[in-house]
Amino acid sequence: MRFSFTPEQEEFRAGLRRALEARSPTKEVRRLMATEAGWERDGWQRLNSELGLTAIQIPEEYGGQGFGFGELGIVLEEMGRSLLCAPFLSTALAAMAIQNAGSEEQKGALLPALADGSRTATLAVTEDNGRNDAAGIAMTATQSGGVWRLVGTKSFVLDGHTADLIVVLARLAGTRGDQGLAFFTVAGDAAGLDRRRLDTMDETRKLARLQFASVEAAPLGEPGKAAAAFDRTMQQAVICLANEMVGGADRLRQDALDYTKMRMQFGRSIASFQVTKHKAADMLVDVEMAKSAAYYAAAALDEGDDDLPALAALAKAAASEAYLQTAIHAVQMHGGIGFTWDNDTHLWFKRAKSSEILFGDANWHREQMMRHWKH
Amino acid sequence: MSEHDEATVRAEVRAWLEANWNPGYGLIEWRTKLIESGWGAPHWPRQWYGRDLPVAMNAVVDEEFARVGAVGVAKAGIRTLAAATILAHGTDLHKKKFLRRILTGEDTWCQLFSEPGSGSDMAGAVTRADRRGNQWVINGQKVWTTSAHKAHWGLLLARANWDVAKHKGLAYFVLDMKQPGVQVHPLKQMNGHASFNQVFFTDAIVEPEMMICDVGDGWTVATTTLMHERRGADGLRSWATGSDRSGRIYEEERAEVATTMEPYKWYPQRAGRVDLVLERARETGKIDDPIVRQEIARLLIMSKTAEWTARRARAAQEQGRPQGPEGSLGKLVSSHVARQAARVHTYITGADALLRGKDSPMEGVIAEILVSVPATSIAGGTDEIQRNIISERVLKMPKEISVDTDKPFRDVPRNIVSS
Repeated sequence: MRFSFTPEQEEFRAGLRRALEARSPTKEVRRLMATEAGWERDGWQRLNSELGLTAIQIPEEYGGQGFGFGELGIVLEEMGRSLLCAPFLSTALAAMAIQNAGSEEQKGALLPALADGSRTATLAVTEDNGRNDAAGIAMTATQSGGVWRLVGTKSFVLDGHTADLIVVLARLAGTRGDQGLAFFTVAGDAAGLDRRRLDTMDETRKLARLQFASVEAAPLGEPGKAAAAFDRTMQQAVICLANEMVGGADRLRQDALDYTKMRMQFGRSIASFQVTKHKAADMLVDVEMAKSAAYYAAAALDEGDDDLPALAALAKAAASEAYLQTAIHAVQMHGGIGFTWDNDTHLWFKRAKSSEILFGDANWHREQMMRHWKH
Repeated sequence: MSEHDEATVRAEVRAWLEANWNPGYGLIEWRTKLIESGWGAPHWPRQWYGRDLPVAMNAVVDEEFARVGAVGVAKAGIRTLAAATILAHGTDLHKKKFLRRILTGEDTWCQLFSEPGSGSDMAGAVTRADRRGNQWVINGQKVWTTSAHKAHWGLLLARANWDVAKHKGLAYFVLDMKQPGVQVHPLKQMNGHASFNQVFFTDAIVEPEMMICDVGDGWTVATTTLMHERRGADGLRSWATGSDRSGRIYEEERAEVATTMEPYKWYPQRAGRVDLVLERARETGKIDDPIVRQEIARLLIMSKTAEWTARRARAAQEQGRPQGPEGSLGKLVSSHVARQAARVHTYITGADALLRGKDSPMEGVIAEILVSVPATSIAGGTDEIQRNIISERVLKMPKEISVDTDKPFRDVPRNIVSS
């Protein structure tokens, strides 16, 4: 449903929020973000198996629970709220690419281990040029003696340094644009693959640069025919990210509001100043509007709306602006303490910034929206 | 409401219409008959022209009227606010005197609340009501009064006691507009229309029985009127067309609608006319300008997310769940949309946006958007007041410390008027 959640969904959200509040307080976020991996396998596998998170959106025939993007959106929104340090989004994106591009046999072989959490995965699309479209893909795939090999570099890859399985987008040699695109899967420890963690501004979201020096890879679907699966995967990716973003934005907004209510200056609560109240009202408007877009797009995905390319772009553009603006206001409402490392606001501020850019910024998505607008 | 009730209501109204509706009636003649049946205002009390039905049944009744093309009671304009206020707070005398003629459309009404010195701070009204002998004597000035020049009656908020705090000294009257002490002058707006009036009172007279409740209750009564205004604002404007059928009663109804809705004819432009943007951008070729495309996309995002946010609020209401914060944001968001729309129309129109009227695109519609949009963030509660409402009621932030509510109103500082 595009405008409301069912009682079951609301209940699911409430339970998840309680679990994440207990398991991912900011103290834990700060501990994990300072580690090389950025997450811990034991803790994540335990949480994942208790709550069945990576199984949510994977169909039952592949070992998942077969829910839709409505439920996945709820999971991501709550993870965005708690800044959970886990390879969830990366694994979910890989699972989507496998569902969009893979054969029945490949889905059956790859998805169950992602659903039960025994393996993590990621999606490697973007290269050093930072683009998120087909024209930005330079990595080449060549076949020789029945073996496919990849040459090139992927960058800004979510959890790329730790993923057990990497879904890679490449192109057949000599092709351009939408033509010749091909998805492959590569094991994280494949020979010839050099993985380096990048030093990221948002420490809660680890990114890696992956260099492929003639790495043996398994085709996912028919090589050269991946354009449609790629488009769909990216639409799903930005809708997922938009839902994660509105969760973070709402948390920041609430924390900043709570702070103004306890902060006394000039002999009164700063929440009693109209200048503060009006800012808080504007923040609520920004966040609720962005939520409406994220929820609508997730439902549109489940219902198969043919305006999906525009709706996905709209949701990401709205979330990018709203999250960053909320973060800027949140620091300002805290005043000096909001600029300190010990105050938690910067954790979400940086997440807002990294999310704003990841998978394309607001300008790019507004242009995409205009190209596809039918609504 | 159960299915059975809806079916019963539908059958009843259908039977009554079959027996009674005839397009050959004159408008007032028909409405007089309709009012006696209770089908003109089914959610009103039986005792006062209604049938005590739940408000939700109005839609069923309206459908049946529409099915046979039957004309309903007079619904548009301030008269509905007058009726709601009188039903809630009036005496039997008020109800007897006013309600029937409100429904027939014979009387029109205006609302005398805002003053030049008190807009957002409406409880700071300084129009005086002084008791002289057995009458109230009114002196002062009201403003932004829609249809005052046509109105028979005015809903007046005036100060009757200056020695108590500001909310405590107000009284609410029904004032006869057709008397020598009342002068009405049109107020020309920056967009050239004059949809509102200024109303001047010089020893205007109100009989004592025309006060609603008592001195000191004026603010409470006014709150009822305002609540119905907010609730009904959109309904009032969407009911902007009469039936297009031919026949005398329809012509009379169309004339009434045209008169009532005349002040609102520029309201679509006030909201920014987002509906025109893509077509206009294609016409002018600006659809290919990357900067304009960004601004159009911003507008479409605002307008769509505003619509979806309102739908979320409505869905919660329909499912009987408490409305989340999304329900209080619409008015403020509509200002953002209108402002961005005016910006986009300017980018799209280019030099032609220097012109107005017949020399300008769409015979002046675009020009009218540009100079009407500023009203959106003021009328019906400014953006600033909306933000106060959101922060206090939704976000539970404390009220701004007030400096005028704990002292006699005569000691409260008022506007400095330079000569």
